[in-house]
Amino acid sequence: MITFTLNGKIREFAGDPTTPVLWYLRDEVQLTGPKFGCGMGQCGACTIHLNGVAQRSCILPIAAISGSKITTIEGLSDDGEHAVQQAWIEHKVPQCGFCQCGQMMQAASLLASNPTPSDDEIVQSMSGNICRCGTYPRIHKAIKSASKVMASVGYYVPEKTGEEA
Amino acid sequence: MSKYFDLTRRNFLKSSAAVGALVLGTCFAGAAPRMMAGVLTKPSESSKEANLFVALRPDGIVEITCHRSEMGQQIRTAIAQIVADEMEASWDKVVVIQAKGDLKYGDQNTDGSRSIRYNMQRLREMGASVRHMMRQAAATRWNVSLDECSAEQHIVTHSSGKTLTYAELVSDALNITPPETDKIPLKKRSEWRYINTAMAHIDLKDIVTGKATFAADVLEPNAHIAMIIRPPVVGGKVKSFDAKAAKAIDGVIDVIEIPAPKGAPVFQPKGGIAIVAKNTWAAMKGRRALSITWDDGKNGDYNSEAFKASLLATVATPQKSVREIGDAVNTLAKANDKLVADYYAPHLAQAPMEPPCATAMYYKDRVDVWAATQNPQADMETVGSMVGMAKEKINVHVTLLGGGFGRKSKPDFSAEAAYISMKTGHAIRVQWTREDDIQHAFYHAVSAQHIEASFDKNGAIDAYLHRTAFSPLASTFIQDTTRPLSAELRLGFTDNPINTPNMKLENGAAPAKTRVGWMRSVSNVFHAFAIQSFIAEAAHKAGRDQKDYLLETIGPDRIVDVTEEKADYDNYGGDKAVYPLDISRLRHVIEKAAEMSGWGRKLPKGRGLGIAAHRSFLTYVATVVEVEVSNSGDLKIIKSWASIDAGTVVNTDTVKNQVQGGSIYGLTAAISEGITFDKGRVQQSNFHDYRVPRMSDCPLEIEVEVVQSDAAPAGVGEPPTPVYAPALCNAIFAACGKRIRQLPIGDQLRT
Repeated sequence: MITFTLNGKIREFAGDPTTPVLWYLRDEVQLTGPKFGCGMGQCGACTIHLNGVAQRSCILPIAAISGSKITTIEGLSDDGEHAVQQAWIEHKVPQCGFCQCGQMMQAASLLASNPTPSDDEIVQSMSGNICRCGTYPRIHKAIKSASKVMASVGYYVPEKTGEEA
Repeated sequence: MSKYFDLTRRNFLKSSAAVGALVLGTCFAGAAPRMMAGVLTKPSESSKEANLFVALRPDGIVEITCHRSEMGQQIRTAIAQIVADEMEASWDKVVVIQAKGDLKYGDQNTDGSRSIRYNMQRLREMGASVRHMMRQAAATRWNVSLDECSAEQHIVTHSSGKTLTYAELVSDALNITPPETDKIPLKKRSEWRYINTAMAHIDLKDIVTGKATFAADVLEPNAHIAMIIRPPVVGGKVKSFDAKAAKAIDGVIDVIEIPAPKGAPVFQPKGGIAIVAKNTWAAMKGRRALSITWDDGKNGDYNSEAFKASLLATVATPQKSVREIGDAVNTLAKANDKLVADYYAPHLAQAPMEPPCATAMYYKDRVDVWAATQNPQADMETVGSMVGMAKEKINVHVTLLGGGFGRKSKPDFSAEAAYISMKTGHAIRVQWTREDDIQHAFYHAVSAQHIEASFDKNGAIDAYLHRTAFSPLASTFIQDTTRPLSAELRLGFTDNPINTPNMKLENGAAPAKTRVGWMRSVSNVFHAFAIQSFIAEAAHKAGRDQKDYLLETIGPDRIVDVTEEKADYDNYGGDKAVYPLDISRLRHVIEKAAEMSGWGRKLPKGRGLGIAAHRSFLTYVATVVEVEVSNSGDLKIIKSWASIDAGTVVNTDTVKNQVQGGSIYGLTAAISEGITFDKGRVQQSNFHDYRVPRMSDCPLEIEVEVVQSDAAPAGVGEPPTPVYAPALCNAIFAACGKRIRQLPIGDQLRT
């Protein structure tokens, strides 16, 4: 039995321990925010947080999250209030939207560890996340906006992510 | 649990008049010509019934039906903007309903950048009809004349000041005969409040909170997951397979053989072996355990290097003439000084972020399908013939698409799901992996082109000969054909706008040894690459500024009609009186993009600017790219600028986003390794070896100017793409003197 915390709730899993977390989330608990894009950690569409840090859930076996806290886009905020989500709306970043949950989870993780990233640091952190619609210039701008907002209202605290208030 | 199934039920309730909503529709006006329409979906020509709906519910909510597929171009928002504007609906009362596949809507094939072009007028008329009926209902209730009643933002106001809301008028309006559309005045442009603005798109909140429903997010609780190993060579078949090890895996339920396709590929599944499992991980494990031997068939010899050599050999010799002015051949034969260049571009895969996916449930008398499809009516046809049922019995629900780019115009994946459901009697979701997507796409054609030109004493082109040869898309529909249709040649080749007294355009035959399909901008991509690169090469040879020479080469303001030169050219199905090839508009975007970029400014060593312009899908785009190339050959794109004239636009921000994204999509052709074949097999498999642009490859700033125009609406999704690779390569030349004639760029800057 593998026990962990998902979006603030304790969960147990008794199935195949090699199951990637992505398929547990999508098939078992119907959290469909994390997307399947490549299955080999190349595109970032499946990005979630493991103890507050961005991880590719498509190559993360569920056995590896025993005792950990994981957060999906559904747990990032109650209703899109996170500064990154707000910045995505402000800059009208998405086109098709398929990669954007992964992009936002990556961006939130970046800003949690580095609240005022430089242009190059944003590029470096975000270049593992592919967007075929080509929204990169807007993603970059949105991260800079979110960084400013978070600097003025207080930073995102990864340990608290997804915990019920 | 099922998000999508609920929506379907609601659709049904809405359509049944019993709930007392005012439901309006318009008739589909005329059959739309399209590439290979005969094999795809024929618009319903006889349909007299109302078929495109706006419903005003008794609670005042307006339901607007979107019959086109949403894949990031914000068509759901654009359709709502048009209808809501003309009907003077309050935006917070607008709900968009996604239409199922149904012939009554007319064309639903969301490709060719024409959703707005085909539909804007009838959508405006429909919105205006509702507004008119609201005024009429109020006038009747108050017993006043219609002229004294105005409608704005869901409220009808009488000149005395009294008001009624749309919700209060719904039941009255049910008794009013809808007006004839040509008798209702449409709003003046100055009165538009939603059209031609930068409104946020309606699905934005759902997307940022992870609630948006893509194909794999359709929660059919009982669905089994199927994954398929398909023949690695097009035309290949399963010789034998051993399913024992796969069946032993916990969670694997069944192993099903899918029949090989017959005749031309069209949109048929490729055949192969399906693993059916309780969940995705079990299906993935099962497919790894399967052992299959293949009969490769006649395409087992497909090798990209050899094919490239054969294409280049083809364009080295005279070919079939497509368009001719004057006598280019003799002028060139007599010329002392010529510029001769060959260009090559490989196959590409569309690689949308969401790999193909569909869920299907087979019943005795119908099939229900939920799919990320660009063309639900093609799903109806393809699924119908796969399971032996009339297409009218196939219910196709369209989810949001995680990108389309032409891949999802071909519904082979829906037919796979339906077939496996028929064989197992169970709801089935077919999930393609990225490897499936890269190795079983309908590829962008591989192409070679030869251009030669001679020059007058001022350095202007006085004779121009251009040959193109590429694996034709026609082969996907007409078995073994080696000739493209005129509809492929018209994409940036037949309609070459250069102004020269002698021109000859030729097309050489080439087989397709794989499935070829539409990819964003189709053959415009490689044709614009060759033409716009060649013009910059000629500018350099003449010692002229690229931009000035480009303007001189396309010549003065005028209308070009290539059909006067007996070219077979359908102008994208657009009336040439409404959508002429207007050189003044092409010149304008070139001048605008150059101005935005500060063209002519002094640049540091290693930097360069490149420009390219192209008309496609009846829209004019010019792009300037600034690059830096280091001594060791590292390429960095600093910034790019684009000007687009698409005529009337509905959402100015969407257009900007499409130009930014379309530019980056165009970058794929330059930086990806492309798709190559050996022994008939695709050599790439996932994003590690099929490279697509990442943030680190892209400029962080793509400035876009949308030309404010009253001209008829033209395409937006595709036109930004073809100009990008040539503008980039022209910039590279300006930066370091290295001319790229073969894509991808790869290591060419390092030598």
